Formats: sequence, C-alpha cells, structure tokens
Amino acid sequence: MRLAPYQSVDCFDEMFAPDGQPRPSGKKFVERLQTLTEGSLQQRQKAAEISLQNMGITFNVYGHEAGTEKVWPFDLLPRIIDAHEWEVVESGLKQRIHALNLFINDVYNDCKIFKDKAVPEDLIRSSKTLRQQCQGYQPPQGVWCHITGVDLIRDRDGQIYVLEDNLRCPSGVSYVLENRELMKRTFAPVFQGMSVAPIEDYNEQLLKTLLDCAPEGVSDPTAVVLTPGIYNSAYFEHTFLAQQMGVELVQGTDLFVEDGYVFMKTTQGPRRVDVIYRRIDDDFLDPKCFRSDSALGVENLMEVCRAGRVTLANAPGTGVADDKAVYAYVPQIIKYYLGEEAILPNVPTYLCSEQKQRDHVLGNLDQLVVKPTNESGGYGILMGPQSSQAERDKCADAIRANPREWIAQPMLKLSTVPTLIGDQLCPRHVDLRPFVLCGKDIYVMPGGLTRVALREGSMVVNSSQGGGSKDTWILRNGHALSDPHFSPAALEKN
Amino acid sequence: MLSRVASSVYWLSRYVERAENVARFIDVNYNLTLGETDTLANQWAPLVYTTGDQAPYEELYGEPTRENVLKFLSFDKKNPNSIISCVSLARENARTIREIIPTVVWEQLNQFYFMVRSAASEPGLMDQPQDFCERVRLASHMLVGATDATMSHGEAWHFSRTGRLIERADKTSRIVDVQYYILLPDARDVGSALDVVRWSALLRSASALAMYRRQYGKITPSRVADFLILDTQFPRAMHFCLRKAQQSLRYITGSTAGTFQNLAEQRMGLLCSNMDYTSIDDIIDQGLHQYIDGFQKQLNLVGEAIQDVFFTPQYQSQASSTQTQSQTG
Repeated sequence: MRLAPYQSVDCFDEMFAPDGQPRPSGKKFVERLQTLTEGSLQQRQKAAEISLQNMGITFNVYGHEAGTEKVWPFDLLPRIIDAHEWEVVESGLKQRIHALNLFINDVYNDCKIFKDKAVPEDLIRSSKTLRQQCQGYQPPQGVWCHITGVDLIRDRDGQIYVLEDNLRCPSGVSYVLENRELMKRTFAPVFQGMSVAPIEDYNEQLLKTLLDCAPEGVSDPTAVVLTPGIYNSAYFEHTFLAQQMGVELVQGTDLFVEDGYVFMKTTQGPRRVDVIYRRIDDDFLDPKCFRSDSALGVENLMEVCRAGRVTLANAPGTGVADDKAVYAYVPQIIKYYLGEEAILPNVPTYLCSEQKQRDHVLGNLDQLVVKPTNESGGYGILMGPQSSQAERDKCADAIRANPREWIAQPMLKLSTVPTLIGDQLCPRHVDLRPFVLCGKDIYVMPGGLTRVALREGSMVVNSSQGGGSKDTWILRNGHALSDPHFSPAALEKN
Repeated sequence: MLSRVASSVYWLSRYVERAENVARFIDVNYNLTLGETDTLANQWAPLVYTTGDQAPYEELYGEPTRENVLKFLSFDKKNPNSIISCVSLARENARTIREIIPTVVWEQLNQFYFMVRSAASEPGLMDQPQDFCERVRLASHMLVGATDATMSHGEAWHFSRTGRLIERADKTSRIVDVQYYILLPDARDVGSALDVVRWSALLRSASALAMYRRQYGKITPSRVADFLILDTQFPRAMHFCLRKAQQSLRYITGSTAGTFQNLAEQRMGLLCSNMDYTSIDDIIDQGLHQYIDGFQKQLNLVGEAIQDVFFTPQYQSQASSTQTQSQTG
C-alpha cells in the first residue's frame, strides 16, 4: 500500500523522523507495510475488531447501565521500540521498583528515611494512602509491590519520562497479551520474522512471583485472584489472569477466615488459601480493619495477613508510594536507598505543599497541568492551557484550601504513532505502561500497554474516554534481550 | 472447586439446554400447525404449557395467539425462560466463571448470544421461525461439543453435565406429559384416534424419531412413551438423563454405586432406581400424567438438594451466600 503523506506536528513521532523517513527501528516494518495491497490493512483491522467481539474482550464503563461492556478498541499498527533503548527503560524500571519497595518497607517499619530527613516526614504522614494498620508489617520476602504498572511518556525532546507509578491494582496487562495474540492472528505476514521480544510468559512469571511470596513454611501454596466481581471495570482482566495462571478467581463471599487462616468455600468443603492477588482496593479488603461498610472483602483478612499466614499482593499500604506528591521524591528515594542516580527521569513536578513551588503554580496555572495527589484514572485534573479562567480560579481556591492535595507539572506533548483512521495513517498520541513483577526477582515485561488517543490532537488515552490500544514491539535486533531476571540482594530483609 | 463456580457452571448448562428445548418446541409446533385446519392451527396454548410458563404468559398477553406465543418464547426479556433470556443468563453465568471455561467454549457461547440478539431485530423472522430454531439448536450442540472436546472431564465438567441432563429430563417429561395428554387423554384408547403425524411430531420435538424407528418401527403410543421415559440408550430419554446425571454426582462425591453421601445423591438414587425397576405398563396403570407429575416433583427436590449440598454449603462461622437464580417451571 502507498503511505500517504504523514506528518506529525510539534512532537516526537515514534515511527517517522521529521524528514518523513522511517526511524531505524521502524524501517523494516514500514517496508513491509508498503508491500501490502491497497485496502488490506483496513480489511485486517476489520477482522481484528470482529475477533475482539467474538472473543468477548471487553471492558465495563462506569456510569452506564450495569454490566455494559464495550469492545476493547485496538489499532493494528504497533508501537516499535529499539532493543538498546529498551534496555535503558528496563534497568530504569528495575531500579525504581527496587527502591520503592525498600521505601515502603521503611515507611512502615524503621522510618530511617525520615530520620535522615531525605523525605519530609509530614508529607508521608499526611498521605491519604498511608495505612496505619500496616505499621510494623513485614511481608514475605520483604516484597510490598508485587505488581506495578509504570506510566511512561516520551516528550518532544525524545526523552522518556516516568509520568506515574501505579502500585495499587494496575490494570491493562491482559490487553497487552490479548493484543499480541490478535496481532499474530490477523497480521501474521507483517509480524513474521520481525524478531519481537516475546511477552507470552508473563502469566508464568506472575504465578511464580505470587508463589515465591507465599507465607513461610507453606510447601505447596494455593494462590487465588480476588475480584470485586463482574461489574468492575477490569473484570475481564481478573478472569483472564486467573484462567491463564490456572488459579481460582474468588469474590469476597467465597472466602472466610477461621482459626487464623483464610479458606475458600468449595464443593468439597473449606480449602486453605495462601496467596491472594487482590484486585480490590485497600479500603474494601476487610470491613473489620478498613471500611466497615464494605461488602466486597473478607472479615478479619488483615489479621491473618499481619500474622503472616496469608500474603496479599500487592500488600495493603503500598499506595503510599504512588501518592503523586511522593512521586516527586522518587529520584531522592532512589538515591537514598541505592546510592544511584535515577536512570529514568521524572516529569518536573511542583509540590503545592511547598510554599515557593505553590506560588509558582498559582502564578502559572494557565501553563501547567494540575493533578490531585490521590486520584487515579485521570479524575480531577486541570489542563491549564486548555482551561477557562473560571476553572483556573476554582482550581486555585482548591489548592489554597488544601495544598497537600495538589501537584503541578508542565504540559507535555506526548509522542505519536501512526494509527489507522478511516483509510489513512494519522499521527495519534500515545503513552506506555510496562508491567513490573517483583518477587524473589524483578521481571519487566518487554513492552507493555501502549494506549492511544484516537481523537485528533487529543492526549487523553484512557479507554473510558475513547482511548484505544496498540501492540508494543520491543525489537531484539537479532540478539536476545538481557536476562530478564536479577536478584536484588537488598530485597532480602535488611 | 468453588461452590459459586460450581453453581455457575451448572446453571450455565441448564440455561443453554433450556434455550435449545424451547427452540425445539417452537419448531415442531410450527411445522405441525402448518397446513392444519383452523382448530388445530391455533394450537399454541400447549406450547406455553410445555415450558411451564402459562401464568406469566396470561399476565403479559392473555389469549395464546401464534404471534404472541412465538414472541413470548423467543425474544421476550420479561419471560425469564425465553430463548433470549436463557442465553443471556447462560452468558452472564459464563462471564463470572470465564477463568475456568475453555476459551473456545466462551467464544462459542458469546457468538450464540450475539446471534440470538441480532435475530431478535431481524424483520419477519417469526413468520418463519424454523431457520432461527435450527440456529439455536446448532449453537447449543456446538457448545456442548466444544465443552466435551476441550474441557477436562473433571468436577466442573460433571457439574455442567448434571445441570444439562437434569434440565433435559425435565423438558422431556413435559413433552411427554403435555403432548400425550392432549393427544390421548386415556392411554388405553389404543387405536381410537391415533394420528401418526402428531405422534411423529412429538418424537421429532425430542429429535427421537429416527432412533425410535430403529428401536420399534411402528408408532404406538405406549412405545413412544416407553422410549421417551424409560429408554437407557437414547440421550434425551428421561431415564438416560438421570442415569448419567447420577454418574456425574458419584464422580463429584466419590460415592460407589448403591451408596450415597448426601441428600442430593440419596434423592437422585431413589428416583433412578425407581426408573430402573419400573415398566411402561406400570406407569400407564398408575396413570401417565400422575407418574410424570410425581417425577417432576422429585426432580425438583433433587435440584434443591444439589443447590444446598454443593452450592450453598454451611460453614460454621460463616453465613451462607444465597443463590439468586431459581429454577422456574
């Protein structure tokens, strides 16, 4: 097929250099694309959409009729990343998760980082995601954040930045795996021989991570996935992961606590559970410990967890490290625990809790993106340059009333990837969420979820707001990627 | 396996089987009424009796007309036993247990659901429902086939089979009861007003005509009843269904033949052994309708016991979770 003039304006395009030539990483792919007959890309895109519908790959949208499923929007053109660049990302992510893990453990135990004044204590103490109930808790293997989804973006300058750490219940990995499967089904001739790093062992790695962190002394641990149920927006993912790992998918009502252990109700009587990959927020885990009105969780679950008789992944309280105000300190956190500079930079961030920075934010609201520190999913954000005076005034009042709750960042221009819109390739903005598993080792999935804003010019990539997704290819450049595992000795109890 | 999952897999099968049976009923009745005189052309009431939903039907539509009955049984979401309701419920159950069903089974059910949903808005479909009924029957068979061919024949599969066979036994008993009653109020009246067309239609609604012919040749009422009630080799016969369901329960609990470990197995065993040692003459002597009525009551008790024993077990310190699905009809 002929590639019509394609031009990305004022930002970094992942596939094409500013002179219109494909970048080295995309060269082979673009050549193959050109050998396709006219219309065949559209045909394959259509086939992919039918497949998605038949396979029932859907997500639920809140605020619609209960149980409304939408088919996962998928674009056939992949995002391609070169192996050498990926090696940097991979080691940066390992470094980051390693440090965050040590940080969380420290926060709930020795508090050395406060005593050494590397991070202000009151900032952490005032975090809404700090869980007093976890004070003194020591999870098996010292692991708090078993599963992390880190949001990365590439700015105009070509640099990859960490935008956000998602340490609570990050979603999306099932779509990464399904996207790949779909690519292979519908786009085989283009996929073949491209030497794309495989991601198919993620489920195996996840199971291993969970079992590695079972309570001590359990020889043949039983792991389960705990879901809030069929109306949760990520329900598809919960079933997918349980199925792929071959473990039970349980709801709160399937579990109960007795004699200090957690059991599930089976047709053959109670059966003990050792590891729970919970996809329920902290607040809903245990009505005896957190919110008493929660019907999703299990009574006395936290007691069993604290006694070391069940492992929760991620551990309750990990959210303290994805507070966006704490995010600003991650480079210092890395430095403090590992004595290294951060490999992956943060997006410059202004903390409204600091007076000087707050003044700067209040004086430049029309140029900044202001975010609440504790929301996820893109809620409550002010996009300065696109906002009205009234919105900015309202935001300024909110910041003054509660400065701790707000941060601000410069408006970034996300990079673009060619995307099939109608019968044309058009530049559309993307981000990337790789997934990191932390057990006895740290594993980084090669690639991750590339989310794409399907509307022209939009940088909103959330699927609930019309975003789509793409397959992410990490090219191996003819050699295998570095060993995906390493054993950070410092993860052992220090 | 999880009690909740066992319940879902059981009901998933029941609902699919129910949808298939409703499609069979519609198909056969439609073919029967074609070319009949006016009185017989209006024989749509028995169809509603067969599914056991006459009360909700009367409330929604009043008199049974062809158009309304077809609508009620196929696409009316207010009828919990319509084809579309059954397939939706089956899919909802499947959605809660996707992690344990093979992907091909889920995809098959998913396509089944989309097929029924889009059929509901096809104009003129109900003027000629045969094609739709055929699609439903095939979709159900594909699902059962995919399940048998790709799912480990372990506990979940046995719960699935139990659900399907209990549903099927119930529906076959309704076919025999209603049609037999209408065709021949007194089974002793052999030779009085035998209408071979209608008797073959009855067999056809259970896909049993060809198998019956091989077994008995000529059609006689008591043999038809014998075949559909007591045959141990025909897979839609009541006796066959119960024997296989009993085997599945034994697999689940590990009980040996002739023993039981819980109320579900006990009731199932009683019902089965009664069928093992009865004959069609005994049944006709006691009254066919009475026999079927008793059978359905006992089958319902078996279903309730399965619910209590496996799906809502009582644990000492925990209130039981209650099932919201109920068996209707």
